[in-house]
Amino acid sequence: MSSCTIYKRELSSYFSQPTAYAIIVIFLLFSLGFTFTFGQFMEVGDSSLQWTFLFWHPWIYMLLAPAVGMKLWADEQRTGTIELLGTFPVSTWSAIIGKFLAAATVWLIALLLTFPIVITVNYLGNPDNGAIFSGYLGSFLVCCTFLAITMLVSACTRDQVVCLIVSVSICVLLMLCGYDPVTRELAKIVSPGILEGIVSFGVWDHFNSLNSGLFRMKDFIWFGSAIFVCLLGTSAILSAKRA
Amino acid sequence: MIEVDSLTKQFGTKLAVNALSFTVNKGEVLGFLGPNGAGKSTTMRMITGFIPPTSGEAKVCGISIIDNPSEAKTKIGYLPESAPLYNDMTVVGFLKFCAAIRGLKGTAKNDAVERAIDTCFLSTVASQSIDTLSKGYRHRTCLAQALLHDPEVLILDEPTDGLDPNQKYEVRQLIKRLGKTKAILFSTHILEEVEASCTRAVIVDRGKIVADGTPAELLAQSETGSLTDLFRKVTSSDTEAAA
Repeated sequence: MSSCTIYKRELSSYFSQPTAYAIIVIFLLFSLGFTFTFGQFMEVGDSSLQWTFLFWHPWIYMLLAPAVGMKLWADEQRTGTIELLGTFPVSTWSAIIGKFLAAATVWLIALLLTFPIVITVNYLGNPDNGAIFSGYLGSFLVCCTFLAITMLVSACTRDQVVCLIVSVSICVLLMLCGYDPVTRELAKIVSPGILEGIVSFGVWDHFNSLNSGLFRMKDFIWFGSAIFVCLLGTSAILSAKRA
Repeated sequence: MIEVDSLTKQFGTKLAVNALSFTVNKGEVLGFLGPNGAGKSTTMRMITGFIPPTSGEAKVCGISIIDNPSEAKTKIGYLPESAPLYNDMTVVGFLKFCAAIRGLKGTAKNDAVERAIDTCFLSTVASQSIDTLSKGYRHRTCLAQALLHDPEVLILDEPTDGLDPNQKYEVRQLIKRLGKTKAILFSTHILEEVEASCTRAVIVDRGKIVADGTPAELLAQSETGSLTDLFRKVTSSDTEAAA
Protein backbone atom coordinates (compact mmCIF):
# COMPACT_ATOMS: atom_id res chain seq x y z
CA MET A 1 0.00 0.00 0.00
CA SER A 2 2.65 2.53 1.02
CA SER A 3 4.87 1.28 -1.82
CA CYS A 4 2.02 2.14 -4.16
CA THR A 5 1.67 5.68 -2.73
CA ILE A 6 5.40 6.29 -3.09
CA TYR A 7 5.34 4.76 -6.57
CA LYS A 8 2.60 7.17 -7.67
CA ARG A 9 4.42 10.18 -6.18
CA GLU A 10 7.71 9.30 -7.86
CA LEU A 11 6.09 8.59 -11.19
CA SER A 12 4.13 11.85 -11.18
CA SER A 13 7.33 13.64 -10.18
CA TYR A 14 9.04 12.29 -13.32
CA PHE A 15 6.17 13.48 -15.49
CA SER A 16 5.51 16.81 -13.75
CA GLN A 17 9.07 17.79 -14.69
CA PRO A 18 10.80 17.50 -18.05
CA THR A 19 12.91 14.47 -16.95
CA ALA A 20 10.70 11.67 -18.23
CA TYR A 21 9.86 13.43 -21.50
CA ALA A 22 13.50 14.23 -22.21
CA ILE A 23 14.57 10.66 -21.47
CA ILE A 24 11.82 9.13 -23.59
CA VAL A 25 12.43 11.42 -26.56
CA ILE A 26 16.22 10.96 -26.44
CA PHE A 27 15.85 7.20 -26.10
CA LEU A 28 13.52 7.01 -29.09
CA LEU A 29 15.76 9.24 -31.19
CA PHE A 30 18.90 7.29 -30.42
CA SER A 31 17.45 3.78 -30.56
CA LEU A 32 15.69 4.36 -33.85
CA GLY A 33 18.52 6.54 -35.16
CA PHE A 34 21.06 3.76 -34.57
CA THR A 35 18.71 1.22 -36.15
CA PHE A 36 18.58 3.09 -39.43
CA THR A 37 22.27 4.12 -39.49
CA PHE A 38 24.76 1.76 -37.82
CA GLY A 39 22.13 -0.99 -37.57
CA GLN A 40 21.60 -0.81 -41.35
CA PHE A 41 17.97 -1.79 -40.91
CA MET A 42 17.03 -1.18 -44.54
CA GLU A 43 20.16 -2.74 -46.06
CA VAL A 44 20.34 -5.94 -44.00
CA GLY A 45 16.75 -6.96 -44.56
CA ASP A 46 16.62 -8.85 -41.25
CA SER A 47 13.23 -8.75 -39.54
CA SER A 48 14.38 -10.14 -36.17
CA LEU A 49 15.41 -6.74 -34.73
CA GLN A 50 18.13 -8.55 -32.80
CA TRP A 51 21.17 -6.75 -34.25
CA THR A 52 19.54 -3.85 -36.02
CA PHE A 53 17.53 -2.46 -33.10
CA LEU A 54 17.73 -4.24 -29.71
CA PHE A 55 21.52 -4.54 -29.79
CA TRP A 56 21.84 -0.77 -29.28
CA HIS A 57 19.66 -0.57 -26.18
CA PRO A 58 22.25 -1.45 -23.52
CA TRP A 59 24.56 1.25 -24.93
CA ILE A 60 21.87 3.86 -24.49
CA TYR A 61 20.84 2.59 -21.04
CA MET A 62 24.45 2.73 -19.93
CA LEU A 63 24.29 6.53 -20.10
CA LEU A 64 20.60 7.31 -19.67
CA ALA A 65 19.41 4.86 -17.00
CA PRO A 66 21.61 6.50 -14.33
CA ALA A 67 20.14 9.87 -15.37
CA VAL A 68 16.68 8.59 -14.44
CA GLY A 69 17.74 6.91 -11.21
CA MET A 70 20.26 9.40 -9.85
CA LYS A 71 17.73 11.56 -8.03
CA LEU A 72 15.94 8.70 -6.27
CA TRP A 73 17.82 8.88 -2.95
CA ALA A 74 20.40 11.60 -3.60
CA ASP A 75 17.66 14.24 -3.83
CA GLU A 76 15.87 12.97 -0.71
CA GLN A 77 19.12 13.31 1.20
CA ARG A 78 19.98 16.74 -0.21
CA THR A 79 16.60 18.31 0.51
CA GLY A 80 16.13 16.49 3.83
CA THR A 81 12.83 14.90 2.78
CA ILE A 82 14.39 11.58 3.78
CA GLU A 83 13.65 12.69 7.34
CA LEU A 84 9.95 12.97 6.50
CA LEU A 85 10.00 9.60 4.76
CA GLY A 86 11.87 8.06 7.68
CA THR A 87 9.26 9.21 10.17
CA PHE A 88 6.22 8.18 8.13
CA PRO A 89 4.86 4.77 9.07
CA VAL A 90 6.47 3.11 6.03
CA SER A 91 9.36 0.71 5.89
CA THR A 92 12.54 1.64 4.03
CA TRP A 93 11.99 -1.43 1.90
CA SER A 94 8.58 -0.30 0.62
CA ALA A 95 10.04 3.12 -0.23
CA ILE A 96 12.85 1.41 -2.16
CA ILE A 97 10.40 -0.79 -4.08
CA GLY A 98 8.08 2.15 -4.85
CA LYS A 99 10.91 4.31 -6.15
CA PHE A 100 12.52 1.53 -8.16
CA LEU A 101 9.27 0.57 -9.85
CA ALA A 102 8.53 4.22 -10.71
CA ALA A 103 11.89 4.62 -12.45
CA ALA A 104 11.41 1.26 -14.19
CA THR A 105 7.97 2.41 -15.38
CA VAL A 106 9.47 5.46 -17.10
CA TRP A 107 11.71 3.08 -19.05
CA LEU A 108 8.90 0.66 -19.74
CA ILE A 109 6.91 3.50 -21.29
CA ALA A 110 9.95 4.51 -23.38
CA LEU A 111 10.39 0.93 -24.52
CA LEU A 112 6.70 0.46 -25.36
CA LEU A 113 6.78 3.61 -27.47
CA THR A 114 9.15 1.87 -29.87
CA PHE A 115 6.16 -0.23 -31.03
CA PRO A 116 6.17 1.22 -34.59
CA ILE A 117 9.39 -0.67 -35.35
CA VAL A 118 7.71 -3.96 -34.37
CA ILE A 119 4.74 -3.13 -36.57
CA THR A 120 7.14 -2.22 -39.37
CA VAL A 121 9.04 -5.53 -39.32
CA ASN A 122 5.75 -7.44 -39.15
CA TYR A 123 4.54 -5.50 -42.16
CA LEU A 124 7.75 -5.90 -44.15
CA GLY A 125 8.64 -9.46 -43.24
CA ASN A 126 7.71 -12.46 -41.20
CA PRO A 127 9.61 -12.19 -37.90
CA ASP A 128 9.52 -14.52 -34.90
CA ASN A 129 7.53 -12.31 -32.50
CA GLY A 130 8.41 -14.57 -29.58
CA ALA A 131 12.08 -13.80 -30.13
CA ILE A 132 11.30 -10.09 -30.42
CA PHE A 133 9.42 -10.23 -27.11
CA SER A 134 12.32 -12.08 -25.52
CA GLY A 135 14.69 -9.39 -26.84
CA TYR A 136 12.53 -6.64 -25.40
CA LEU A 137 12.44 -8.50 -22.08
CA GLY A 138 16.23 -8.74 -22.09
CA SER A 139 16.50 -5.06 -22.94
CA PHE A 140 14.16 -4.12 -20.06
CA LEU A 141 16.05 -6.34 -17.61
CA VAL A 142 19.36 -4.70 -18.55
CA CYS A 143 17.74 -1.33 -17.94
CA CYS A 144 16.36 -2.44 -14.54
CA THR A 145 19.79 -3.74 -13.55
CA PHE A 146 21.38 -0.39 -14.38
CA LEU A 147 18.62 1.42 -12.48
CA ALA A 148 19.18 -0.78 -9.42
CA ILE A 149 22.93 -0.01 -9.56
CA THR A 150 22.15 3.71 -9.80
CA MET A 151 19.78 3.45 -6.86
CA LEU A 152 22.49 1.83 -4.76
CA VAL A 153 24.96 4.59 -5.64
CA SER A 154 22.33 7.26 -5.06
CA ALA A 155 21.83 6.01 -1.49
CA CYS A 156 25.53 6.68 -0.85
CA THR A 157 25.60 10.34 -1.86
CA ARG A 158 23.50 13.48 -1.72
CA ASP A 159 25.14 14.79 -4.88
CA GLN A 160 23.34 13.79 -8.06
CA VAL A 161 26.33 14.54 -10.30
CA VAL A 162 28.60 12.26 -8.28
CA CYS A 163 25.90 9.61 -8.42
CA LEU A 164 25.63 9.96 -12.20
CA ILE A 165 29.38 9.70 -12.77
CA VAL A 166 29.87 6.70 -10.49
CA SER A 167 26.80 4.85 -11.78
CA VAL A 168 27.72 5.38 -15.43
CA SER A 169 31.23 4.11 -14.69
CA ILE A 170 29.88 0.92 -13.12
CA CYS A 171 27.47 0.40 -16.03
CA VAL A 172 30.29 0.93 -18.55
CA LEU A 173 32.36 -1.67 -16.71
CA LEU A 174 29.51 -4.18 -16.85
CA MET A 175 29.13 -3.44 -20.55
CA LEU A 176 32.82 -3.94 -21.30
CA CYS A 177 32.92 -7.30 -19.47
CA GLY A 178 31.85 -9.74 -22.15
CA TYR A 179 31.80 -7.28 -25.06
CA ASP A 180 33.39 -9.21 -27.93
CA PRO A 181 36.30 -6.90 -28.88
CA VAL A 182 37.26 -6.61 -25.19
CA THR A 183 36.92 -10.37 -24.68
CA ARG A 184 39.24 -11.01 -27.65
CA GLU A 185 41.91 -8.75 -26.17
CA LEU A 186 41.49 -10.24 -22.70
CA ALA A 187 41.82 -13.77 -24.09
CA LYS A 188 45.44 -12.95 -24.92
CA ILE A 189 46.37 -12.12 -21.33
CA VAL A 190 44.13 -14.10 -18.93
CA SER A 191 43.38 -17.81 -18.52
CA PRO A 192 40.16 -19.21 -20.05
CA GLY A 193 38.64 -19.81 -16.59
CA ILE A 194 39.06 -16.19 -15.53
CA LEU A 195 37.86 -15.00 -18.93
CA GLU A 196 34.70 -17.06 -18.58
CA GLY A 197 34.14 -15.52 -15.15
CA ILE A 198 34.56 -12.00 -16.54
CA VAL A 199 32.23 -12.71 -19.46
CA SER A 200 29.45 -14.10 -17.27
CA PHE A 201 29.88 -11.13 -14.90
CA GLY A 202 29.10 -8.71 -17.71
CA VAL A 203 25.78 -7.79 -19.26
CA TRP A 204 26.28 -9.10 -22.80
CA ASP A 205 26.35 -12.82 -22.11
CA HIS A 206 22.92 -12.59 -20.47
CA PHE A 207 21.42 -10.00 -22.76
CA ASN A 208 22.54 -11.71 -25.96
CA SER A 209 20.94 -15.03 -25.11
CA LEU A 210 17.59 -13.36 -24.35
CA ASN A 211 18.02 -11.17 -27.42
CA SER A 212 18.39 -14.26 -29.57
CA GLY A 213 15.17 -15.69 -28.15
CA LEU A 214 16.81 -18.06 -25.68
CA PHE A 215 15.28 -18.36 -22.19
CA ARG A 216 18.10 -19.58 -19.95
CA MET A 217 17.51 -19.87 -16.22
CA LYS A 218 20.99 -18.55 -15.46
CA ASP A 219 20.25 -15.24 -17.21
CA PHE A 220 17.13 -14.64 -15.16
CA ILE A 221 19.07 -15.55 -12.02
CA TRP A 222 21.82 -13.11 -12.99
CA PHE A 223 19.44 -10.21 -13.64
CA GLY A 224 17.26 -11.05 -10.63
CA SER A 225 20.14 -11.38 -8.22
CA ALA A 226 21.92 -8.25 -9.52
CA ILE A 227 18.76 -6.20 -8.98
CA PHE A 228 17.98 -7.80 -5.62
CA VAL A 229 21.52 -7.34 -4.28
CA CYS A 230 21.53 -3.66 -5.30
CA LEU A 231 18.16 -2.99 -3.66
CA LEU A 232 19.24 -4.87 -0.55
CA GLY A 233 22.46 -2.83 -0.51
CA THR A 234 20.41 0.37 -0.83
CA SER A 235 18.39 -0.61 2.23
CA ALA A 236 21.54 -1.48 4.18
CA ILE A 237 23.24 1.83 3.27
CA LEU A 238 20.19 3.91 4.15
CA SER A 239 19.89 2.18 7.52
CA ALA A 240 23.62 2.48 8.22
CA LYS A 241 23.55 6.19 7.39
CA ARG A 242 20.92 6.86 10.03
CA ALA A 243 22.66 4.90 12.77
CA MET B 1 2.10 10.11 26.03
CA ILE B 2 5.82 10.59 25.35
CA GLU B 3 8.08 8.65 27.70
CA VAL B 4 11.80 8.99 27.23
CA ASP B 5 13.99 6.80 29.41
CA SER B 6 17.79 7.09 29.51
CA LEU B 7 17.93 7.88 25.80
CA THR B 8 21.54 7.99 24.62
CA LYS B 9 23.09 8.66 21.24
CA GLN B 10 26.74 8.40 20.44
CA PHE B 11 28.17 9.50 17.07
CA GLY B 12 31.67 8.00 16.94
CA THR B 13 33.38 9.38 20.00
CA LYS B 14 30.94 12.26 20.43
CA LEU B 15 28.15 11.77 22.94
CA ALA B 16 25.30 13.77 21.43
CA VAL B 17 22.57 12.77 23.89
CA ASN B 18 23.52 11.50 27.33
CA ALA B 19 20.94 9.34 29.17
CA LEU B 20 18.08 11.80 28.73
CA SER B 21 14.82 11.02 30.55
CA PHE B 22 11.56 12.96 30.59
CA THR B 23 7.85 12.50 29.98
CA VAL B 24 5.24 14.62 28.27
CA ASN B 25 1.61 13.99 29.22
CA LYS B 26 -1.58 14.71 27.35
CA GLY B 27 -2.48 18.39 27.57
CA GLU B 28 1.12 19.34 28.15
CA VAL B 29 3.34 21.47 25.92
CA LEU B 30 6.98 20.84 26.72
CA GLY B 31 9.48 23.40 25.50
CA PHE B 32 12.82 21.87 24.68
CA LEU B 33 15.50 24.49 25.09
CA GLY B 34 19.22 24.46 24.67
CA PRO B 35 22.09 26.00 22.75
CA ASN B 36 22.89 24.84 19.23
CA GLY B 37 24.39 21.37 19.24
CA ALA B 38 22.92 20.50 22.66
CA GLY B 39 21.26 17.39 21.25
CA LYS B 40 17.70 18.68 20.83
CA SER B 41 17.23 17.61 17.20
CA THR B 42 19.00 14.30 17.79
CA THR B 43 16.63 13.53 20.68
CA MET B 44 13.62 14.39 18.53
CA ARG B 45 14.91 12.26 15.66
CA MET B 46 15.22 9.33 18.04
CA ILE B 47 11.71 9.76 19.45
CA THR B 48 10.25 9.95 15.94
CA GLY B 49 12.11 6.80 14.91
CA PHE B 50 14.29 8.45 12.26
CA ILE B 51 17.54 7.42 13.94
CA PRO B 52 17.99 4.52 16.36
CA PRO B 53 19.30 5.35 19.85
CA THR B 54 22.60 3.87 21.04
CA SER B 55 20.80 2.87 24.23
CA GLY B 56 17.67 3.73 26.19
CA GLU B 57 14.03 3.66 25.25
CA ALA B 58 11.38 6.03 23.91
CA LYS B 59 7.68 5.26 24.03
CA VAL B 60 4.87 7.11 22.31
CA CYS B 61 1.38 6.41 23.69
CA GLY B 62 2.88 3.39 25.41
CA ILE B 63 4.30 1.96 22.15
CA SER B 64 8.03 1.51 21.89
CA ILE B 65 9.52 3.30 18.89
CA ILE B 66 12.35 0.76 18.89
CA ASP B 67 10.34 -2.46 19.09
CA ASN B 68 7.29 -1.37 17.15
CA PRO B 69 8.28 1.62 14.99
CA SER B 70 5.50 1.41 12.38
CA GLU B 71 2.72 1.57 14.95
CA ALA B 72 4.41 4.22 17.10
CA LYS B 73 4.98 6.43 14.02
CA THR B 74 1.24 6.53 13.31
CA LYS B 75 0.76 8.37 16.64
CA ILE B 76 3.29 11.09 15.87
CA GLY B 77 3.16 14.24 13.82
CA TYR B 78 6.65 15.57 13.18
CA LEU B 79 7.97 18.84 11.83
CA PRO B 80 11.70 18.43 11.06
CA GLU B 81 14.06 21.32 11.64
CA SER B 82 14.52 22.52 8.07
CA ALA B 83 10.88 21.88 7.08
CA PRO B 84 11.80 19.66 4.12
CA LEU B 85 9.28 19.36 1.27
CA TYR B 86 9.05 17.83 -2.19
CA ASN B 87 9.60 20.91 -4.32
CA ASP B 88 8.13 19.39 -7.47
CA MET B 89 4.66 19.06 -5.91
CA THR B 90 1.87 21.51 -5.20
CA VAL B 91 0.90 22.21 -1.59
CA VAL B 92 -2.33 20.26 -1.89
CA GLY B 93 -0.63 17.44 -3.84
CA PHE B 94 2.02 17.13 -1.15
CA LEU B 95 -0.54 17.06 1.66
CA LYS B 96 -2.60 14.45 -0.19
CA PHE B 97 0.51 12.32 -0.60
CA CYS B 98 1.30 12.60 3.12
CA ALA B 99 -2.31 11.75 4.01
CA ALA B 100 -2.27 8.72 1.70
CA ILE B 101 0.98 7.45 3.15
CA ARG B 102 -0.60 7.73 6.58
CA GLY B 103 -3.37 5.42 5.37
CA LEU B 104 -6.12 8.00 4.82
CA LYS B 105 -8.38 7.42 1.83
CA GLY B 106 -11.23 9.02 -0.10
CA THR B 107 -13.26 11.64 1.75
CA ALA B 108 -11.32 11.13 4.99
CA LYS B 109 -8.16 12.08 3.09
CA ASN B 110 -9.73 15.14 1.43
CA ASP B 111 -11.25 16.31 4.72
CA ALA B 112 -7.94 15.92 6.53
CA VAL B 113 -6.14 17.90 3.84
CA GLU B 114 -8.77 20.64 3.91
CA ARG B 115 -8.64 20.85 7.70
CA ALA B 116 -4.83 21.07 7.72
CA ILE B 117 -4.92 23.78 5.03
CA ASP B 118 -7.39 25.79 7.12
CA THR B 119 -5.50 25.31 10.37
CA CYS B 120 -2.22 26.47 8.85
CA PHE B 121 -3.74 29.28 6.73
CA LEU B 122 -2.58 27.79 3.43
CA SER B 123 -5.71 28.23 1.32
CA THR B 124 -4.22 31.06 -0.77
CA VAL B 125 -1.26 28.90 -1.86
CA ALA B 126 -2.96 25.47 -1.92
CA SER B 127 -2.61 24.93 -5.65
CA GLN B 128 0.80 26.60 -5.90
CA SER B 129 3.99 24.65 -6.58
CA ILE B 130 6.06 24.25 -3.41
CA ASP B 131 9.27 25.60 -4.96
CA THR B 132 7.59 28.98 -5.43
CA LEU B 133 6.64 29.35 -1.75
CA SER B 134 8.22 31.76 0.71
CA LYS B 135 9.92 30.39 3.81
CA GLY B 136 6.92 31.08 6.05
CA TYR B 137 4.57 29.17 3.77
CA ARG B 138 7.04 26.31 3.42
CA HIS B 139 7.21 26.01 7.16
CA ARG B 140 3.46 26.04 7.51
CA THR B 141 3.05 23.44 4.75
CA CYS B 142 5.38 21.14 6.62
CA LEU B 143 3.50 21.85 9.84
CA ALA B 144 0.21 21.04 8.04
CA GLN B 145 1.72 17.68 7.07
CA ALA B 146 2.32 16.93 10.76
CA LEU B 147 -1.31 17.65 11.67
CA LEU B 148 -3.01 15.70 8.87
CA HIS B 149 -3.72 12.49 10.74
CA ASP B 150 -4.72 14.33 13.94
CA PRO B 151 -1.87 12.71 15.89
CA GLU B 152 -1.90 12.35 19.66
CA VAL B 153 1.70 13.45 19.87
CA LEU B 154 3.30 16.40 18.08
CA ILE B 155 7.05 16.82 17.84
CA LEU B 156 8.05 20.14 16.38
CA ASP B 157 11.68 21.04 15.78
CA GLU B 158 11.96 24.83 15.88
CA PRO B 159 8.45 25.46 14.53
CA THR B 160 8.82 29.25 14.54
CA ASP B 161 12.28 29.42 12.99
CA GLY B 162 12.41 31.81 10.06
CA LEU B 163 8.88 33.12 10.48
CA ASP B 164 7.95 36.79 10.70
CA PRO B 165 6.51 38.12 14.01
CA ASN B 166 2.91 37.69 12.85
CA GLN B 167 3.48 34.14 11.74
CA LYS B 168 5.37 33.38 14.96
CA TYR B 169 2.41 34.60 16.96
CA GLU B 170 -0.01 32.47 14.93
CA VAL B 171 2.10 29.33 15.31
CA ARG B 172 2.46 29.89 19.08
CA GLN B 173 -1.31 30.29 19.38
CA LEU B 174 -1.77 27.14 17.32
CA ILE B 175 0.62 25.18 19.55
CA LYS B 176 -1.20 26.45 22.63
CA ARG B 177 -4.57 25.46 21.19
CA LEU B 178 -3.44 22.01 20.03
CA GLY B 179 -1.65 21.44 23.34
CA LYS B 180 -4.96 21.19 25.17
CA THR B 181 -5.75 17.82 23.61
CA LYS B 182 -2.33 16.52 22.58
CA ALA B 183 1.13 16.02 23.99
CA ILE B 184 3.51 18.45 22.32
CA LEU B 185 7.28 18.53 22.44
CA PHE B 186 8.80 21.49 20.67
CA SER B 187 12.30 22.81 20.53
CA THR B 188 13.25 26.44 20.31
CA HIS B 189 15.95 28.83 21.35
CA ILE B 190 13.61 31.77 21.52
CA LEU B 191 13.04 32.06 25.24
CA GLU B 192 9.90 34.20 25.16
CA GLU B 193 8.18 31.31 23.39
CA VAL B 194 8.47 29.30 26.58
CA GLU B 195 6.39 31.80 28.49
CA ALA B 196 4.03 32.27 25.56
CA SER B 197 3.07 28.68 24.87
CA CYS B 198 4.69 26.06 27.15
CA THR B 199 3.24 24.44 30.20
CA ARG B 200 6.67 23.10 31.09
CA ALA B 201 10.22 23.49 29.80
CA VAL B 202 13.49 21.63 30.01
CA ILE B 203 16.87 23.08 29.21
CA VAL B 204 19.41 20.65 27.75
CA ASP B 205 23.11 21.20 27.43
CA ARG B 206 25.65 18.79 25.94
CA GLY B 207 23.03 16.05 25.83
CA LYS B 208 21.89 16.38 29.47
CA ILE B 209 18.96 18.07 31.18
CA VAL B 210 20.23 20.98 33.24
CA ALA B 211 16.91 22.61 34.22
CA ASP B 212 13.32 21.37 34.30
CA GLY B 213 10.11 23.03 35.46
CA THR B 214 7.12 25.20 34.58
CA PRO B 215 7.99 28.61 33.16
CA ALA B 216 7.21 30.13 36.59
CA GLU B 217 9.50 27.67 38.37
CA LEU B 218 12.30 28.35 35.92
CA LEU B 219 11.89 32.08 36.39
CA ALA B 220 12.09 31.56 40.15
CA GLN B 221 15.34 29.62 39.73
CA SER B 222 16.86 32.58 37.99
CA GLU B 223 18.25 35.15 40.41
CA THR B 224 17.30 38.03 38.17
CA GLY B 225 13.87 36.74 37.14
CA SER B 226 14.97 36.44 33.53
CA LEU B 227 14.95 33.20 31.53
CA THR B 228 17.86 34.44 29.45
CA ASP B 229 20.03 34.76 32.54
CA LEU B 230 19.05 31.27 33.70
CA PHE B 231 19.78 29.92 30.23
CA ARG B 232 23.20 31.55 30.20
CA LYS B 233 23.94 30.29 33.69
CA VAL B 234 23.06 26.63 33.14
CA THR B 235 24.32 26.13 29.58
CA SER B 236 27.82 26.34 28.20
CA SER B 237 28.62 28.72 25.39
CA ASP B 238 30.36 27.62 22.19
CA THR B 239 33.65 29.13 23.33
CA GLU B 240 33.56 27.22 26.62
CA ALA B 241 32.61 24.02 24.85
CA ALA B 242 35.57 24.41 22.53
CA ALA B 243 37.97 25.13 25.38
